[in-house]
Amino acid sequence: MIKTENNKAWFLVLPVFALVAFSAIIPLMTVVNYSVQDVFDAHTRYFVGTEWFTKMLNDPALQSALLKQFGFSFTILLIEVPLGIGIALLMPKRGWSASLCLVLVSLPLLIPLNVVGTIWQIFTRGDIGLMGWTLREMGVSYNISRNAVDAWATIILMDVWHWTPLIALLCYSGLRAIPEAYYQAARIDRASRWAVFRHIQLPKLTNVLIIGVLLRFMDSFMIYAEPFVLTGGGPGSSTTFLSQWLTTMAVGQFDLGPAAAFSLIYFLIILAVSWVFYTAIMNSQKEK
Amino acid sequence: MKSRIALIVYILFILLPIYWLLNMSFKTNEEILGTLTFWPQNFTFDNYIKILTDPSWYKGYINSMIYVSLNMVISLCVALPAAYAFSRYKFLGDKHMFFWLLSNKMAPPAVFVLPFFQLYSSVGLFDTHLGVALAHCLFNVPLAVWILEGFMSSVPKEIDETAYIDGYSFPRFFTKIFIPLIGSGIGVTAFFLFMFSWIELLLARTLTATNAQPIQAIMTRTVGASGIDWGVLAAAGVLTIVPGIFVIYFVRNHVAKGFALGRT
Repeated sequence: MIKTENNKAWFLVLPVFALVAFSAIIPLMTVVNYSVQDVFDAHTRYFVGTEWFTKMLNDPALQSALLKQFGFSFTILLIEVPLGIGIALLMPKRGWSASLCLVLVSLPLLIPLNVVGTIWQIFTRGDIGLMGWTLREMGVSYNISRNAVDAWATIILMDVWHWTPLIALLCYSGLRAIPEAYYQAARIDRASRWAVFRHIQLPKLTNVLIIGVLLRFMDSFMIYAEPFVLTGGGPGSSTTFLSQWLTTMAVGQFDLGPAAAFSLIYFLIILAVSWVFYTAIMNSQKEK
Repeated sequence: MKSRIALIVYILFILLPIYWLLNMSFKTNEEILGTLTFWPQNFTFDNYIKILTDPSWYKGYINSMIYVSLNMVISLCVALPAAYAFSRYKFLGDKHMFFWLLSNKMAPPAVFVLPFFQLYSSVGLFDTHLGVALAHCLFNVPLAVWILEGFMSSVPKEIDETAYIDGYSFPRFFTKIFIPLIGSGIGVTAFFLFMFSWIELLLARTLTATNAQPIQAIMTRTVGASGIDWGVLAAAGVLTIVPGIFVIYFVRNHVAKGFALGRT
């Protein structure tokens, strides 16, 4: 679409700007302020420059947490994206079964994060949970509070359970937007099922997939409540994700300086990765 | 046929943990901790009665509902004109503005927890519904602008021009013609706004004490001196799912065409 140049459009954007600025710029400035100071109490504080940033970047515990966080985000994206596409392809296209399917598939999306944690905590307990009990009866040793691998697998399974529907719904509506004529042309050409998917469906899904991957990356990188409820970050610190580190540091131990420096590093990483995605979206829209 | 089976297996995978929660919410604590049963042997509504008759419990649901609805109204009211501006006009700094907005969706809530607490306490918004609603605007408004911009861009500009020639003023054109045109877009946006505000825990918990405490924070109370009250915890969990089911039911027809966010 050709847009007209009109700086009066700022008046339409102004309410959003004011509202978000109130909740974003003032707190962000507070964080920046803390990150360069050593705060003892309300009246005693020293300017320390970039000391906290250096300290945080060199902290091995946080480096490993950061690596784990990347590992987690990429693992769930690798599982959720293909699975979501698959589910979208399988879902019925019309009739009552389509509506029912939509409602059932989107169910996990609207469950509060800590309730998701609670559901899986109950579900995986060896004594009262169906999954934990079944695995124990089958002779598999499974304990998320003792075994780090079990805890990891369960958190990934939980995230797949919770968020694959988002990818599936996005893809489902992307598929619905493909005109029937495309499929007819493919039938005339005797295209195989795979060729139809590769050359008709997948290209049409690119845009929604970028949105889905962007949303999933941002949210999985900030994951907090679900693992916190399910494992409490344990066993040890094997499932302690970045957000949990941060809240423990800032609210629990009240180490404001390091926590603020760490917040900014954390924010900048997400910003950088998301910027890449964002540019990709904008470029793909320009090509059309 | 094979695809049917795969789909059914997936739906079972989704429903099984939820079924287990539902199953547990109808049991007594003795039965939960005693033997593993696949359906309630002594069917009881006690857990639900306990929640629905105790104001300190059910007020949590009311609080959550209030701030989620407030957030949806505020977000939509400010995002609609802004999305229109982004989809129709070029103006000074528009691209930077758009990315800055989106960057707020990317900010981890954990980063903002403490400054939010201090800021909202100092302006008297701590422990109010409006406070939580405003805090959730931080990530919901950018999202709403982003989604709505996609829908609005797919409406041809000729419609605007025709309306102006016919003598419509901007506010009248916007409310009478434009908003009905992107109805399903608004439906999908509302779905996302509800979703992200309803499931958020960290900010809602930090910014409230008693008056506006969300149900998610109240649920942690089931851990008492005598261990966890599993039955009540499960019942409270089931009740948090119910509003979501209604929301999905209302937007189900928009989902098929609208979920691609106008960007196919």
